[in-house]
Parts: sequence; C-alpha cells; structure tokens
Amino acid sequence: MVGQGRPACGRTATLAAAFVLAALPASLAAQETADCLACHGERGFTTVRKGRTVSLYVPEKAYTASIHGSLACISCHTDVEGMEGGHEAPLKKVDCAACHEAETKQHAASLHGKAMKRGDSLAPTCAACHGIHDIRAAKDPASPVSPLKVPFTCGKCHQEGTVVMRQRNIHQDHILENYSESIHGEGLLKKGLIVAANCASCHTAHNILSHTDPASSIARGNIARTCTACHAQIEVVHRKVIKGELWEKEAHVLPACIDCHQPHRVRKVFYTQGMADADCLKCHQEKALRAKDGRTLFVDEREHQASRHAKVACSQCHSGVNVSFRRPCESITTKVDCGACHTEIAQQYARSQHGKLLLDGDPNAPSCKECHGTHGTLGRLQGSSPTFATNIPRLCARCHREGEKAAVRYKGPEHGIIEAYTESIHGKGLLKSGLTVTATCTGCHTAHGVLPRTDPASSVNRANVPETCGRCHHGIQEQFQQSVHYEMLGKTDKQLPVCDDCHSAHTIRRADADGFKLDIMQKCGRCHGEIARTYFDTYHGKVSQLGYTKTAKCYDCHGAHDIQKITDPRSHLSRQNVVATCQKCHPGATRRFAGYLSHATHHDPGKYPWLFWTFWGMTGLLVGTFVISGTHTLLWLPRALKMRRELREAEEAEQRELEKHEWAHPASPAGADRGASGPTPGGPGPEGRG
Amino acid sequence: MEGGVTGRAFQFQRFTRLNRALHVLLIVSFIALAVTGMSLKFSYTSWAAFLSRRLGGFESAGFIHRAAATLMFGLFVTHLWDVNRQRKREHGGSLLKLLLGPDSMLFNRRDLRELVATLKWFVGAGPRPRYGRWTYWEKFDYFAVFWGIFVIGSTGLMLWFPVFFTRLLPGWLINVATIIHSDEALLATGFIFTVHFFNTHLRPEKFPMDTVVFTGRMPVAEFKRDKPAEFEALVASGKLEENLVEPYQPVVIRTIRGFAWTALTIGTLMVLWIVYAMVFAYR
Repeated sequence: MVGQGRPACGRTATLAAAFVLAALPASLAAQETADCLACHGERGFTTVRKGRTVSLYVPEKAYTASIHGSLACISCHTDVEGMEGGHEAPLKKVDCAACHEAETKQHAASLHGKAMKRGDSLAPTCAACHGIHDIRAAKDPASPVSPLKVPFTCGKCHQEGTVVMRQRNIHQDHILENYSESIHGEGLLKKGLIVAANCASCHTAHNILSHTDPASSIARGNIARTCTACHAQIEVVHRKVIKGELWEKEAHVLPACIDCHQPHRVRKVFYTQGMADADCLKCHQEKALRAKDGRTLFVDEREHQASRHAKVACSQCHSGVNVSFRRPCESITTKVDCGACHTEIAQQYARSQHGKLLLDGDPNAPSCKECHGTHGTLGRLQGSSPTFATNIPRLCARCHREGEKAAVRYKGPEHGIIEAYTESIHGKGLLKSGLTVTATCTGCHTAHGVLPRTDPASSVNRANVPETCGRCHHGIQEQFQQSVHYEMLGKTDKQLPVCDDCHSAHTIRRADADGFKLDIMQKCGRCHGEIARTYFDTYHGKVSQLGYTKTAKCYDCHGAHDIQKITDPRSHLSRQNVVATCQKCHPGATRRFAGYLSHATHHDPGKYPWLFWTFWGMTGLLVGTFVISGTHTLLWLPRALKMRRELREAEEAEQRELEKHEWAHPASPAGADRGASGPTPGGPGPEGRG
Repeated sequence: MEGGVTGRAFQFQRFTRLNRALHVLLIVSFIALAVTGMSLKFSYTSWAAFLSRRLGGFESAGFIHRAAATLMFGLFVTHLWDVNRQRKREHGGSLLKLLLGPDSMLFNRRDLRELVATLKWFVGAGPRPRYGRWTYWEKFDYFAVFWGIFVIGSTGLMLWFPVFFTRLLPGWLINVATIIHSDEALLATGFIFTVHFFNTHLRPEKFPMDTVVFTGRMPVAEFKRDKPAEFEALVASGKLEENLVEPYQPVVIRTIRGFAWTALTIGTLMVLWIVYAMVFAYR
C-alpha cells in the first residue's frame, strides 16, 4: 500500500526514489505512518536534549495536508527502518536530497549553502524556508514560499534589525521596506499580483549568489536576462537602438537595468533621475572640480536639464559606475560611448571620413561632441542647437572654412565653400528666408556618413548625386532618370552629367535667374562643343551671347532634365513634338518653320551646301567689291593729294594778289571770299553782296 | 575756302531740299540699322554687349532696327515718287528721257569713257576727266543703295516674319536669308564707311568733309572745278543763274557740320569695331 498509494510527484528525483521504494521488501511496508503517530501524534510527546525539553509532536492534520502527506514517515526518516515498536536514539537529520537532488545541490553552492557549510548558525536550511512536516507546494497560497509569502520568508532574515542584517555583510539596506514600496512589491503585496517579481524571481530560490559572482542571476552580465524573463521586450519600449542581444552580450558597454532602476527600489513612476544624478553632482557641481590633467570636471546641471538628455542619468552615458564604491565613478575606465544608444549612427560615423580620421588618431577628427556638445546636447530641431538647420553651415565652417583645419587638407576643386554656399539658392533659402527644409551641408553630405566625393559610398559621389538631390527634388530625379544622360549609363565610355555638373555644388543658383540660364549653355558646351558653337552662329545664340535670355537656349528646345536624343519619340524635338516645341515661342509655327537649322554652320559644305555656298558667294561679293573700290581709292589718293597742293598754292597766290589789290584800292569790295582760284562766274557777283 | 561761311557770295545749288532731307534720313536710318544689326552680328565682342545694353536691350535694339528699316523703306519710296515727279515735270512724262538723258543716274557709255580716263589720270597718263552732273562712282553709290535695300530688305523681312515666310518656303531658307542679310549688311556698312566716306569727305581736296549733300549748295568755283562739263553746259544754256542761291547762315552751317561730324565719327568707329571683330575676335 505504501508503494502504490503515493501521489505522483513532479520531480524526477522523487519519481526515481518512488521506484526504489516500490521495490523494497514487503517487510518494510509493515511500518505504517500510523505506527509512528501512535507516539508522535501525542501533543505531549517530548524528549530532553542537551538539557532542554524538545517537543517530538508531529501534528497529523498538518502533515496529511502537506505535499508529503501521502508519504510514509520512513520515506524521509529512512533510519527508522527496522526499528520495531519505537526507537530510542534520536534520528538523523532528514536529507531532502534523496528526492530533491538538484535543488539541494544549488543550495549547497549558494551563499546560504556555503554559510551553512562554514557552520554559520544563521544559515538557512531547507526547513528554514519550506517548513518541516507541514511543507506545502509553492503554488499553495499557504506555503511560505508561495509568491505572496516569499518577501516575508526572506524578510525573516533580510529586514532591518535582524541578526543577519546586523551581523552579516549585506550590501543593501531596508530591503524589505524598499521592496514593499517598489512597483514589484506594490503589485504583489497590495494588488495580489502573484506574477509580480518577488525575491526569488530575481535572486532565484536556491541558487542565491553574490552580484559579484558571474554565475549570479544578479551579476551585471546577467541582469538583463533576469529582468527580461518577465520584461520580455523591454528594449523595444526603452530605446529602439538597444538590441536585447547587445544588452545581454555586451552588458559592459550598456547601462544595465539596475543602473537606472536600483534594486529593491524599482518604482512604478519613471525612475527619478535626480536621485542618482544627485549622487554624481555631489562632487561634479563644484565649479572648481578638476581632473589631474587640469580638465574641468564641472557639470552644469541646468545645462543638462535643458538638454536632449535631461531624462538620461549620468550613469547611462558614463557607464561602468559601481555603486559599491564611495566614488562610484572610480570604476569608470572607458570614455562615453554614444554608440551605446545611438548604435546605427555610431556605425555610420565609423565608416565616414570623420570616423576614419578619428580611428587613425588624427587630432583634427571631429567626434560626436565636436558637433553635438556634451552635457548640453540638443536635438537638431531645437533652434539653439548647433545642429539646427540654420546653424549647420556655421558648424561645418568651423573646420571647412578656407584656411581652417579641414579646408587646408582638402585638395579638390571646391573652394570658398562656405561663402559660395551662403550666396547659393540653398544658402539664401536657409539663411535669408529661414527655410529650414533647405539643403544644408548635411542635406547633401549626410550628417554622420560624410565621405569624399571619390568614395563610391559617398552621398555626393557621381553615381549617388541624383539620388541625393532627389531626396528633395524627387520629381526632377524621376525626370532625369528617364533622360538620355541617365539611361546611357553603362552604355557609353563618356562621362555623363549629373546634377552638379550643370548646377554646380556650392554655387547653385535659381534656374530661372538670368545668370544661370546663360551659363547653362557653356555647361552644355563642355561636352557638346561643336553643337554649342554652331548654335552661337544663329539668331538664338547671338542674342543669348549678348546676355539676354529671351531667345531659345539649349533647354528651351531640348528640355532640361528630360533631355532625350532627338530620334527618341519622347524628345521635345522628335518628329511628333518639334512643331509644338517651336510654337512655345513662335505661335503659328509650322512643320516647314521647324525646318530652320538652329545649329547651322556655313563651314560644312557636305552637310549644309546651301549655307556654305551662300556664305562664300556673299564673301566673294564683299571681297570683290572692296578690292575693286579699294584699289580705285588708293590710286586716287596721290592725285587727290596733288590736287590739294595745287589748290593751296593757287589760294595763297590769290591771297597775295588780293592783299596787293586791297593795299592799292582799300575801299574796293573784294569778291575774294569765293575762296577758289580761277575765273569767277559772271553774273552773280554784285547781287551776291549782302 | 568755303565761300558761304564768311561772305555772302552766291552758291550753286546741287541738291533739292527733298534730296537733302532724304539723305539725312538715310544717314540716320542707316546708322541706326548698322549699329543695332552689328551689335547682333558681332555679339561675341564685349563692344556688342555694351552697345546692346546702351540701346535698351536686344528687344529695344530690334525695335530700333525695324523702325529704321521702315523709315529707310519709306524714304526709298519717297525718292521713287520724287523721281517719278521729275519725270513728269522735267522730262515731259517720258521715262526714256529720264533714264537716258544727260543727267540720268543710269550708267552709260560716257561713264565707261570717264572710268578709263580716270584710271589714266590716276596713273599720270592723262588729265583729270571733265566730269558731268553725276560721276560713275556717284552712280555706283546710288545703285548700291537700291541693291542694298532690295537684298537686305527682302531677307530682313524674312527674318522679321519667319512664321509667315515658312508657310511657303522651307525653314532652312531662313538660315540662308540670315547669311545674305548679315554679309550684305557688312558689305554695305563697310563700303559706306570707307569708300563712300573717302570719295566724298576724306579725299584730300575735300578733307575733312564735303557738306554739299546737307546744304545742297557749293561754291561756284568748286563746282566748276569738280564738274566742269556740267558747269559749262549750264553756262552755255544760261541756266546757271537759275541755280544760284545764297549760302546758309553760319549757325546753320555749324549745325550741319555737327551732324555730319557725328555721322562720320560713328561710321569710322564702326569700321574700327568691325575690323577688330573680324580680325582679332573672329570665331
């Protein structure tokens, strides 16, 4: 009956023991529980040990109600076996390990077990927590190890005033008190949520170890795992960049749960930052505080409170603090790693030119704080942040202005970048019109992935420029990507233009400004040299060359971003579209009108024989006329000079004559004013006098 | 030397009031056309851009160009009307007399003889020919204007109204018209501002200028020297006195000289500019 009557026990060890017991000889079955209770069932059954009266009473009711109630006494008190009709000697201590081997082993290795081994009289045994004959299942609310009871069970020793707390080295204080006020304690004790964490949830039941023991559930490296047992996806709600994996694998770089949420004080309100920060500020609010090398260690808490990280505790960035030290920061060995939270950005930065320089130990390399500051770091949408759109040019200019440390090492073609940008359409939009959506330095170069143009991964690499510009100018990008300049990529050896070849990089002007409109023809002409030259031989070209934008320029006919070969049906100059294109400026234009040669040259007899021969015909006429008339004139010149001389001489002769005449007849009215020698006409003389 | 300036001697009237007015308008319109047109033709020089700006931009320059063209066409028509009037008044309505008479502008055998004689005179193989009312080079200049108005005017109209003309003509003819218009205009300006200037103003015995086309009158002695054949014919027919008038007041002469000097200066500057553009800046 003994063998068969036991209820099934969940534990493997128990089960194994049950089979052993079942195989015992029949004689054993003779010792019934009733036999034992015959004596031990009596309330007054006592004995005297070491001069003290000790009760040997086993309350039958409690025993039968216990989880072991269906077991015979000898199942645990194995040394009673064979002692017919009572026993004299005291029984050995019951060894729970016979059934609960794993738990016992864990316990033996735990702080409690080690203390017991040392002979510490305060060390808890199995019975200290679980009871003796009245042991209940942990699920049983009446059990001292049921979730609701655990804090009290542990609290028997671990609360203020106990011998354990007074005499043993326990780091925490007011444990039970703090716990009962924490969100866990409140949930459990006041709301009866038995899923709320109790002592054993974090410390385990049997495997209780010091937090310094790497195997401990509360060791720094294991805390995340311990907490996430319940708070399964806490990293999601905490901070998207903290990956649970990293939290567990690289606990040293990341703040552990308890860095913010102090053990036993886990509040339901968000952790009061001021509490922990106040500890740090005890020293660091001193303005005079300096490191050995003279750096100031003063932290302006007001600045921090106004910053983006106001809700972030000191220890979240300055990780590695150890609260066990009087100066918890003593244990800090590494610099602040922003990448702990801003992982993706840090990875991008590490690949960037700035990051590479930093890795190479270049003293000029900007780290996070060069741009973002330290304790006062602000979000890029806050107007006073150096990374706010309108401040970015000034920020980058600190190094990239001509003559500054980044500009002097730059060997490329872009110079006066900051000044040029300021005058550009983007710069004016940003700085004069205050349009924060305008492209800033980072708009094109990215904030953290800055790379030289030559790097294929750079946002301003030729191959990536359309996409970079297209982030704002998306419609244009779509057009451009259907143009011959894009579709021919990979089909030609020639370098195809991207946005900045026509628009420039830092001197971008409004496309509807005259300067740009005129300049663009030079830009087209850089590749399409011949066609641009012949354009300038036409009316359109000549007017453009004079500096006016009203006549057709390259893009007026060919389109700008959607430019196509004229043989392409999509082209503005394809057979279907050309007349409509001419009609934009010449209403009423016909197909014949479109036959105008807008790139005609009179130097190509094969292609344009009419123009060629007309030009040479006209030139022949011109040269011929000038040669003939020029010769005529040159031949005339010496005769004409001779004539002039003769005229002069005759004039002088007449003058002399006249003077003589006047001297002789001073009153004579002279008709000499004719001014020419030779015979004067008869009649008019006298009438001519005034 | 110019009789009219200091004295009150009668002068020979060579040109009518209308002739003179038309020539002044011709100068004004021609210079306007030349300046605006060349600023486009030589648009690759900084001079052209400067001029275009001064003229109020290419559209304004274009307007001036077309207005001047219209003016020139108008005075051309007026001249034809005047010639027709002459036909009625002086030649009894006979076209033949107008065209073949001694004062005709058409080239004739006499011009050929005078050309040969002139060339002989140039090389010292003969005396200066006794020119009549119109010398052959004057006739050449006169018909150059006819030719120019026809060639430049017709191509100019094509460029002015390309949409209209390409209803009938192929589009590339506009390109041909551009070349003809532009090169003929170059010829015209080049010729007027060099050869014509020399023949009438700069040749030493007239230097620095002959104002007869503006005043319409010239000292009789100079007339006799320049056109002995005409002088003698007039004296012989007794018609000389009909053509004698008083000289202008000095202030009128000064004004005329001011205008002539301006035209002469603009023309000379344009020649220099064209030479610069063609020789040093050509592309």
